[in-house]
Amino acid sequence: MSGPADTPEVVIRVRGLQNRFGRNIVHEGLDLDVYRGEILGIVGGSGTGKSVLLRSITGLQRPDAGRIEVLGVDILSGDERARATLDERWGVMFQDGALFSSLTVRENVEVPLRAIEGLDPRIRSQLADLKISMVGLPYLAGDSYPAELSGGMRKRAGLARALALDPEIVFLDEPTAGLDPIGAAAFDTLIRGLSRSMGLTVFLVTHDLDTLHAICDRVAVLAERRVLVEGGLRDMLAVDHPWVHEYFHGPRARAVFDVASPGGTGTKE
Amino acid sequence: MTGANPAQTAGPRDPPERGMTTDDQTPAEAPPAPMPPAGLALRPRGDSAVLELSGALTVHEVTQLQARLERLEHPPEAIDLSGLERIDTAGAWALLALERARAAEGTTLRLEGASAETTLLLDHVRRALPEPEEPPRRERGLTAMLERTGRSVAAGAAFLLDLLGYFGLFLARLGRTLRHPREFRMTALVAHAEEVGYRAVPIVGLMAFLIGVVLAFQGSAQLRQFGAEVFVVDLIAISVLRELGILLTAIIVAGRTASAFTAAIGSMKMREEIDAMRTLGLDPATVLFVPRILALLIMLPILGLIANVMGLFGGALMSWIELGISPSMFRTRLLEGTDVSHVVVGLVKAPVFALIIGVVGCHAGMQVQGNAESLGRMTSQAVVTAIFAVIVADALFSIFFAQVGL
Repeated sequence: MSGPADTPEVVIRVRGLQNRFGRNIVHEGLDLDVYRGEILGIVGGSGTGKSVLLRSITGLQRPDAGRIEVLGVDILSGDERARATLDERWGVMFQDGALFSSLTVRENVEVPLRAIEGLDPRIRSQLADLKISMVGLPYLAGDSYPAELSGGMRKRAGLARALALDPEIVFLDEPTAGLDPIGAAAFDTLIRGLSRSMGLTVFLVTHDLDTLHAICDRVAVLAERRVLVEGGLRDMLAVDHPWVHEYFHGPRARAVFDVASPGGTGTKE
Repeated sequence: MTGANPAQTAGPRDPPERGMTTDDQTPAEAPPAPMPPAGLALRPRGDSAVLELSGALTVHEVTQLQARLERLEHPPEAIDLSGLERIDTAGAWALLALERARAAEGTTLRLEGASAETTLLLDHVRRALPEPEEPPRRERGLTAMLERTGRSVAAGAAFLLDLLGYFGLFLARLGRTLRHPREFRMTALVAHAEEVGYRAVPIVGLMAFLIGVVLAFQGSAQLRQFGAEVFVVDLIAISVLRELGILLTAIIVAGRTASAFTAAIGSMKMREEIDAMRTLGLDPATVLFVPRILALLIMLPILGLIANVMGLFGGALMSWIELGISPSMFRTRLLEGTDVSHVVVGLVKAPVFALIIGVVGCHAGMQVQGNAESLGRMTSQAVVTAIFAVIVADALFSIFFAQVGL
């Protein structure tokens, strides 16, 4: 795996993004690059448009201005055919899994696989079982309906569906929100493991400082309608913007960074 | 992987088509790679039992791989992966599934020549290979069928008992409210009365008017054959006043109000508002059920009366147009031929219907679990149950009134 080392390939390129709802301007002149194979954490206060950014990049919401390229395809002005090929190459995990409630977990994971022409239904269901097992769910969870699962299991099932077609990029919206610390840590490990073994690029919206510390290669802070700073965690600690400083030096942050790496600043390169 | 990067990063402003072609030609060794133009090729190496794979082995090709392996006369002893350009988890799974099936037969399958990345992927998938487990078997046959029947009968009886319990709860809380009138929330009662009664007037009135029109129209067509047109007045009056006016009103109200009760109480249950009430010392039955059911109890007879009037009005209008029975003649015939007991028989049912609709709606709301599906399910179930129960009650009333000779 070539990490984001020598000449990192940009898989997501956002330039001059502008989003506004009525008079409320969420993004203005937002630029962001995401490199292949990295885990990028997006943080920001409530209402800074973290989810809006994710929705803009995945084409769920049309921005008012700007350019977004994913894997070389222009999301906004690219033709439909090119856009359609992207569906196979990215996966999105929504906050509560967003599983289809009328389908079992296995059928949910099979949904993206159904787009593959000529895939034998038996193989399809076995591949779904593989993905369910890869995200750490027990075999019989595949027969359950989403309502029968706990929140953590639903998130895992949502991840299994996002990974069904071996995408190159996965977008995760608050993957550890609402999980207990043990479940959250297990989810962190899972994401890191999958990212390494499958060469995934992970675009992660989170509030969880533990997650940032444990798995993110880079962090981008949204504030003042744009990406205020981006870089490794160590760079974040040196920023003196009040919000960023408060975020990375607040009591919670200090607890995370001190416990995890006593004496150091706890960063990953 | 990095070799192709300059091409990608250099031309971000390329038109989409050209962007796509550079994409397609990206030579790919790692799992994440663009769409392949190349398919899968299988070739036996010389005359040995080694199968060489080349091209791509992804989710697009696994079906093909399995089909072609099944067609082979001699199962291969080894598969050479060195020619593979692309493999994803689906491809790795197909190879490992084959390996595992071979192991189950007691033979082995070697996977040779895998690149470092492929080995990593194979290891990762091998670790995650699911161990199929048998779900607990469902019993089939006569015993199971009897058991299911028994369970559903018992569940039905428990449901009726539960409804009866809610009815009792309502009466008890109503009694307490009468003893402590200060606790009663008049505002809530008025608000619910407006919602279930006043706002239902247009739809109920229109419905009854049209029913009167239909009855007059159909009745006149039949009665004209016997020259007994004037009896259409009795036909309309008796059927509207005794049965249709109040029954159809109750059905409309059941559809409108039972669902609204269930949705309102159910969403409060979902957001734990009901639990919050309990911890604050508020009784959900007093706060939520009593004003709603009481409002229905007051408003349904009024709506029934409005339906009766509108039904007669529609009938009279149609009789006038269709049969030439003037309004004054209609009125005379109505007063002569129709006893006031018909109105009583009709309206006496209204409070019972109101109780049924209210209790069913509130009960269903309290059965809502923590998810949105159960809210939807309970809402539609409340409507079905309420309408069904209203019709059953109406049938029982008919038998009762026939027996006592009213």
